[in-house]
Amino acid sequence: MKLTINGEPQEVASATLAALLDELAYDHEFLATARNGDLVCAEERGDCVLEAGDRIEILSPMQGG
Amino acid sequence: MFEVYGEPFASRFLLGTAQYPSPQILADAVRASGAEILTVSLRRETAGSGTGGRFWDLIRELNVKVLPNTAGCHSVKEAVTTARMARDLFRTDWIKLEVIGHHDSLQPDVFGLVEAASILSDDGFKVFPYTTDDIVVGERLLEAGCQVLMPWCAPIGSAKGPVNTDALRAYRSHFSGVPLVVDAGLGRPSHAAAVLELGFDAVLLNTAVAKAGHPVAMAKAFAMAIEAGRLACEAQPLEPRDMAVPSTPVLGMAVFE
Repeated sequence: MKLTINGEPQEVASATLAALLDELAYDHEFLATARNGDLVCAEERGDCVLEAGDRIEILSPMQGG
Repeated sequence: MFEVYGEPFASRFLLGTAQYPSPQILADAVRASGAEILTVSLRRETAGSGTGGRFWDLIRELNVKVLPNTAGCHSVKEAVTTARMARDLFRTDWIKLEVIGHHDSLQPDVFGLVEAASILSDDGFKVFPYTTDDIVVGERLLEAGCQVLMPWCAPIGSAKGPVNTDALRAYRSHFSGVPLVVDAGLGRPSHAAAVLELGFDAVLLNTAVAKAGHPVAMAKAFAMAIEAGRLACEAQPLEPRDMAVPSTPVLGMAVFE
């Protein structure tokens, strides 16, 4: 299924957001995630079922002012 | 002691973590500054890079309070979602709320700011709003649930220092008892001392330290200036006078003619 991940179109196999992070080799501990503009908490990622066309944001800590 | 949202801090210096020449210089500058509150942000992570994790490890070793920001957000929706993602990641309900209204000036969109502050306060956040020196906007932010106000003194990263001292003086006077942090526009330690002398409770800055020739020394210089400014405020500075006033007593002067 085709998703937009951090602004880039990508073909993925995962059914849930938690599985997607594994598929893409992300380190879960240091991430915040959103689906279609809304937060998906760390503990909700396993229940977050993905649909074709979803816009996923995967963010991590960054220097800030 | 500087108190915000019920938490006391010995330092009145809130420091940003961006733009340092290296992670080591960032860490050394933080230690030299004595800052107990650091601002951090969130950005897109590249799969497998581990970049965010390494930065977060460095911050955690510094044993400080983190204040995540919503820098770069131009809409209420962006800022609210970013704040919620920050809470999930950093495990804090503190948020430095920025809703930027203009790409060039980085001036806050004060209408969006008040709206986002209200949504986030209702959602349990402790909001630190980056705002202008407009008193009416400040009142709306307090009504929205903010317990601290963070007016700019000049545009972000401009290093101009307080460009409208009268406005800042009026702001301080109007919001008596409200914690006020000057956020953005400070360039030199003397600027920080000046706003502390005016009675502002603390300053938040980043570029002035990170982009200095020697960030660690500059962090220390700001810390000293902030302490001096606060002490001067408590010591009640003399108000300027239009006419000269002799400092040496004239009574008892000898007469030679």
